Amino acid sequence: MSGHTTELVVFVLLFLVVTVLGFVASRWRRPSDLASLNEWGLGGRSFGSWVTWFLVGGDLYTAYTFVAVPALVFSAGALGFYALPYTVVIYPMVFLVLARMWSVSHVHGFVTPADFVRARFGSPTLALAIAITGLVATMPYIALQLVGIEAVLKAMGISGHLPIIIAFAILAAYTYQSGLRAPALIAFVKDALIYIVILAAVIYIPAKLGGWDSIFDAAKAKFDASPNPGDGLTLNAANQLQYVTLAFGSALALFLYPHSLTGVLASKNRNVIKRNMSALPAYSFVLGLIALLGFMAITAGIKPIVGANGRPDSNTIVPLLFDQMFPGWFAGVAYAAVGIGALVPAAIMSIAAANLFTRNVYREYINKNATDAQEANVSKLTSLVVKVGAVLCILVLDPQFSIDLQLIGGVIILQTLPSVALGLYTRWFHKGGLIAGWALGLAAGLWMLYLIPNPASGKAHFGGSAFALSNLGFDTKMTIYAGFLALIVNVVVAVLGTLIFRAAKVADGEDATARDDYFADEGDPKVKDLDLTGSH
Amino acid sequence: MTTGEPGQPRTDRSPWNWLLVVPIVLPLLTFLFNADEPRLLGFPLFYWLQLAFIIVGVACTTIVYRMTK
Repeated sequence: MSGHTTELVVFVLLFLVVTVLGFVASRWRRPSDLASLNEWGLGGRSFGSWVTWFLVGGDLYTAYTFVAVPALVFSAGALGFYALPYTVVIYPMVFLVLARMWSVSHVHGFVTPADFVRARFGSPTLALAIAITGLVATMPYIALQLVGIEAVLKAMGISGHLPIIIAFAILAAYTYQSGLRAPALIAFVKDALIYIVILAAVIYIPAKLGGWDSIFDAAKAKFDASPNPGDGLTLNAANQLQYVTLAFGSALALFLYPHSLTGVLASKNRNVIKRNMSALPAYSFVLGLIALLGFMAITAGIKPIVGANGRPDSNTIVPLLFDQMFPGWFAGVAYAAVGIGALVPAAIMSIAAANLFTRNVYREYINKNATDAQEANVSKLTSLVVKVGAVLCILVLDPQFSIDLQLIGGVIILQTLPSVALGLYTRWFHKGGLIAGWALGLAAGLWMLYLIPNPASGKAHFGGSAFALSNLGFDTKMTIYAGFLALIVNVVVAVLGTLIFRAAKVADGEDATARDDYFADEGDPKVKDLDLTGSH
Repeated sequence: MTTGEPGQPRTDRSPWNWLLVVPIVLPLLTFLFNADEPRLLGFPLFYWLQLAFIIVGVACTTIVYRMTK
């Protein structure tokens, strides 16, 4: 313990700074009234390019990413680097899509993706399906942020759950108080710390380890010696398709997560979004360098801490690398970067989950005439419940369960793509076809994940996302990302379902949106302005 | 976004949008980068070329943003 005192002092100090910021945030860009979802849940829908860049970046590149991606590169090599193409492909892909989503949400006052689906397809059932999918996918993601903090605490020699409970209680308190303004303000500190730490790491650590050449050579030697056919410094014939579909499928899924959309809807106009799509890849560069920390850990001979289940926990390799390489005070800064990196996304995710519940369950089924203030109150309370749930997940269940759930989460959130993303472009689909596609896509995805074993951890089911095509009778060793295959099932069923429902003349829902809504910009009249007085 | 002549319906269509396809497709072509040699500053091809694709992505999205604003 004593060897970590400096680290701990620096960590706690930075954590305190952020806590103060979190509470002060409620006064930042202070509105006349914080009691509406536009203010509490979307920060007034007024963030410019800089705030949006920090907010969305702080949201997408989570602490878990910083810990888990290098861990994957540490154990599997090239396959773990999929995180880089994933975050290169994403921005050009959603460049136009998100601008449309912003416009239609701006006109109609949508707060969640399910709000859009409700209005576009006129189906409360489909909207509920989308909302529940979002909630189920987001919850384990919040729990995983705790795994990130825990990895850092373990490296500082702290065990037990009390510190995590305290950290999350503080987080819950200032999120309740300040809403989306809290993570938006804290994101500045988080990103500054991350950039400093990573710049230092990629200059200082390779110099100590004998240069990049020797780092990559040490990694190559490790993978050449390992019996696992799936690892290596480059990809092999069997996992190339997995690499490509995983990168592409994850990119498709990213902005379907409700929390990613929260950051986008909080921006003030279309140009802010488009400008950010060209500026956000700066984070991808950092992520690529972070992934390489896994190879540095191999070269430095890092041995992961053995977890409670008796197996080495590879999530601890990055904190251990910092501990071994950096002087105590700077290791403290690095740990704070990861720890605070967990708070920003956890706050945004809990706000997004709370908004889903408020708009698509509470308002739809419990109180149809909810006022703005009632909505804000329900959301604030739900955000507390969500955080308690996340802490319970970690305390009561094996953390591995959260990791499995997050893996499943990526596959199931993809099943909202036809309704949410394709829905922005076409109203061709019948609501019944979309519901059928969603249901069968989910079933196919879960079935595939169930069949995937993980020999390394001795698990028979839910052992990863690489589905062997031999399961479908193909004579090949090739694997493919299960979510991608499930999405194909979903789209095919949605198309066939639409044709069948149309032929059978089953009634379709009303479309409450108009063509021009998808191109509206800042300053255009909103639907809400027309029928609601007293709103801003 | 493209604000057309008054009276014309707004749209986000533009030939420039096709430029966005480049950074979507390029990083998914594994045969371009799945090799160790040639190395650059000690980085195997697999790593440095994929990092370089970030620049392609930034360039393409920036051009499309500027031309369609």
